[in-house]
Amino acid sequence: MSVFIIRRLMQSVAVVLIMSFIVFIGVNLVGDPVDMLINPEADQAEIERVIRDLGLDRPVHEQYWFFLVNAMKGDLGKSFIFGEPALKLIVQRMPATLELAFCALFLAVTIGIPLGVYAGLNPDSKVSKTIMSGSILGFSLPTFWVGLMMIMVFAVILGWLPSTGRGDTVPVFGIQVSFLTLDGWSHLIMPALNLALFKMSLVIRLSRAGTREVVHQDYIKFARAKGIRYSRIVMVHVMKNIMIPVVTVLGLEFGGLIAFSVVTETVFAWPGMGKLIIEAIQNLDRPIVVAYLMITVLLFVVINLVVDVLYSVLDPRVRLQDIKS
Amino acid sequence: MYLRKAFSAIAVVAAVTLPMSVAVAKDLVVGLKAEPSSIDPHYHNLTPNNALAREVFDRLIMPDEAQQLKPGLAVSWKAIDDLTWEFKLRKGVKFHDGSPFTADDVIFTFERAPNVPNSPSSFATYVKGKTIKKIDDHTIHISTKKPYPLMPNDMMTFSIISKKNGTGATTEDYNSGKAAIGTGVLKFVEWVPGDRLVYERNDDYWGEKPEWDRIIIKPIKSAPARVAALLAGDVDFIDNVPTIDIGRLKKEPKVNLMSSISNRVIYLHIDQFREDSPYAKANGGGKIKNPLLDQRVRKAISLAINRDAIVERVMEGVAIKAGQLLPKGFFGVSPNLKPLEYDPKGAKSLLKAAGLPNGFELTIHSPNDRYINDAKIAEAVAQMLSRIGIKTAVETMPKSVYFKRASRGGPNKTPEFSFVLVGWGAGTGEASSPLKSLLHTYDKSRGFGSSNRGRYSNPEVDKLVEEALATVDEGKRQNLLAKATEVAIIDVGLIPLHYQVSSWAAKKGIDFKARTDESTVVSTIFSAK
Repeated sequence: MSVFIIRRLMQSVAVVLIMSFIVFIGVNLVGDPVDMLINPEADQAEIERVIRDLGLDRPVHEQYWFFLVNAMKGDLGKSFIFGEPALKLIVQRMPATLELAFCALFLAVTIGIPLGVYAGLNPDSKVSKTIMSGSILGFSLPTFWVGLMMIMVFAVILGWLPSTGRGDTVPVFGIQVSFLTLDGWSHLIMPALNLALFKMSLVIRLSRAGTREVVHQDYIKFARAKGIRYSRIVMVHVMKNIMIPVVTVLGLEFGGLIAFSVVTETVFAWPGMGKLIIEAIQNLDRPIVVAYLMITVLLFVVINLVVDVLYSVLDPRVRLQDIKS
Repeated sequence: MYLRKAFSAIAVVAAVTLPMSVAVAKDLVVGLKAEPSSIDPHYHNLTPNNALAREVFDRLIMPDEAQQLKPGLAVSWKAIDDLTWEFKLRKGVKFHDGSPFTADDVIFTFERAPNVPNSPSSFATYVKGKTIKKIDDHTIHISTKKPYPLMPNDMMTFSIISKKNGTGATTEDYNSGKAAIGTGVLKFVEWVPGDRLVYERNDDYWGEKPEWDRIIIKPIKSAPARVAALLAGDVDFIDNVPTIDIGRLKKEPKVNLMSSISNRVIYLHIDQFREDSPYAKANGGGKIKNPLLDQRVRKAISLAINRDAIVERVMEGVAIKAGQLLPKGFFGVSPNLKPLEYDPKGAKSLLKAAGLPNGFELTIHSPNDRYINDAKIAEAVAQMLSRIGIKTAVETMPKSVYFKRASRGGPNKTPEFSFVLVGWGAGTGEASSPLKSLLHTYDKSRGFGSSNRGRYSNPEVDKLVEEALATVDEGKRQNLLAKATEVAIIDVGLIPLHYQVSSWAAKKGIDFKARTDESTVVSTIFSAK
C-alpha cells in the first residue's frame, strides 16, 4: 500500500511540473496584460513603467524560472490587478466554492442514488421512466440557462429565494461558512441545486445501470433464497456493489465541481474562486490564472489518490491485487 | 420570500426583545457590474476604483455629473501667473478619525500618488511635472515649467489622503480599512472581495450627505443576473443595464430607468502610415497601394455608414450619433461639426474619383467584449461598406487579445490592423484628451498620440493641439480645441460613429443624478419624494 502511494506521489509531482510549464507558457502567449490594466489616458512612459514593474520586459523563460523558484517557496506570484499574492486571493475565496461544491455533491448523492436505485429495481414503472427522462434533461440543459430560469421563477416571479450572492456567514474554526444560517441556506440552495443537476443525472444513470446489473447476480438470488429481507438486500448487497463506479466518477467529478463552478458562480454572483478565475482570464491577470490552474491540478491529483485509497477500502479485490504486486 | 419573511420576523422579534438594538437602519443595496481592484485610491487609475474612491476620499476639485469642475477640498483656484496656480483649501474639514485637513495632506498626496508600488496604472500622468508649495495651512501654490491650462482638470482626478493615517501605509492597509480614512461623504466599513463592499454615512461631511445610513455594494458581473436581482428586489439599484433589456424594463411599473449620454465616442481608426496596409487589398486579394491614405476614400467610408441605422437597430436606440470627439456641452467641442448624413451615392462617386470605382477589400477589426454591442457595430459597418463596393470582412476578438494587436501587434511594435473599431472616454471631460491621444502625431518622447492606432498625422492639427495645451485663457483654448477638432474630422483623421449612453435602473421611488463619465457615484442616489 505505501509503495503504491509513494509511486503515485512521484507521478503526481511530475504531472504538476509539466502542467506548470504548459500553463505558464500558454497564458504568456495570449495578449498583453498592460492593455487591460492601464488607463487609456496614460502616456507611453507610464506604459513602459508598468511593463517594467510587472516584469513583463523579461523573456518568457526567465519569467518562468522566477515563477518556479518562488513557487518552491510557496509564492505563486502577485496578482497584476489586485497587487496581492495570488495564492492568498484564491484561498480567501475557497471556502465559498468548497461550500457550494460539497452542498452540490451532497444533493447529487442523496437525491441521485435513491432515484437511480428505484429506477433500476422497477425499470418498467411510469415513475422510473419519468426519472430517466428527467435525467436526460439534467444532462443536456446548459447550466447557465437553468440557473437563469431558476432565478426567474424562484426569485423574480415567486419571490421565495434571493437571486444573488452569499448569505450571512458565521465563522467555524476561523473559516466563514454560510450553511449554518437560515439566510445562508436561502442563498445557497439555488446555486447548489444548479451545480448539482448535471452530477445528479450522472449518479441516477450510474446507479440505475449498476442496480440493473447487480440484481441479476447469483449472490442476490442466493440472498433472496435465504429469505433475507428485501430492504436489507437493497440497502446492503445491492448498494455496496453499485458504489464502486459511483465513487470513481464522483471523485473525478468533484474536482470538476470545484474547478469549473465558474458558470454557476457567475450567474448567481457567488463570491467563490470560479468568479475570480473568469475575471482573471478576461483581464489577463496571469499570476491568478497560473496559480488557480496549479491549485486545480493539485486538487485533481489529490482526489485521484483519495479515490484509489477508497477503492481498496470498498473493494477487497483491489487490496489483494496490491499485496500481490 | 417565505424564508426571508421568516428571517425578518426573527429580526423583528429580536429587535423588540433586545432593548439595546437601534431602530431599523436605512440601507441601500447597489448591484454594480465591476468591483474595484483596491480600496487604495492611488493604486489603480480605473473607472470603478475612482468612482468608489471619491466617496471616501475627496479631491481638490470634484467633477459633477456633467464632469464640470466643482469645489471639493479646494474652495477656489486661479492662475496667479502663467506658470503658477493658487488653490485655497476648505477650512474646518475633518478626516473620518477627527484629525483636521490641511495643506500638508495635499503635499503628502502629491508624494504618494505617483509612487505606489506595483500600481498597474498610476496617477503619475496627473502629478508629474508639478511643484507644490505650501503658503499657509489652507493655501497652496502648484507650478509647472510651461504654462499648463489643464491644472484644474488634473486636480479633479486623484484623491487626497491623510498624512497622519497614510504615512507608511501600503495598499493592503487600505484594503483592510486601516488606512482607508479620508474626508469623504462615506466612511469605509468593510470589503469582502467578490461579495460585498460596505460604507456608512459620514455625518460630519462638509457637503451634501446621502439619506442612507449604510450603502452596500454587491458586484454582479453577469448582466441578466443583475437585472434579475433588481426585479427580485435583492438590490435597489443597478448600473450598466444591458441595451437588450431596456425595452422590457421600461414597461415594468416597479422600475425606474435612468440614462445619460457618456463622454465615450465609438469611432473607427484608419491606417494612415503604411503604403502597404496589411488588411487593405485589391479585389481578389492582390496587393494595392493603401487606398486609405486618400482622403476621398476615407470620406467615402464615413458617408457610407448609416449612423441612424446603427443607433436604431444595433444600439436599440440607446446611443447618439456622433460627428466629432465629444458630445455638445463639453469644453472644446466645435459647434460647426454635425454627424455626416448617410449618402451611399456620394460615397460611390468619391470612390470613383479616387480611381477605385470597383472598391477594394478591407478587414475591420473590433473587440467583442469591451464596448456596448461592439462586435455587432463592426458587422453593421462591414455590411454598409460592402454596399458601396468596399468588400469588408469582420474579425472580432476578446479585448485581452485585441488591444495588444491593435496598438503594437505589427513589426516594430506598430499597430497591426488597417481599420479598427475603438472607443474613447475623455477622462478630463474636455476635448484635449481625445485630440492629444488619438489625433496628434505619435510621439513617444513627448507622450503624444499614445492611442493613435491609425498613426494619423497632420502638422496643422499638431500645432493647434499644442497651442491649446499651452493657452491658459479659457475662451482662446476653447476655440483652438474646436478648430483642431474641425481640421482633423474634416480631413477624416478618424470616423466618429456614436456616443455611448450609460444606463442605470432602480426600484421605483429611487433616483440618481445620471453621469457622463460612466461611473456610478452611489452617494448621489436618493429617494424621490
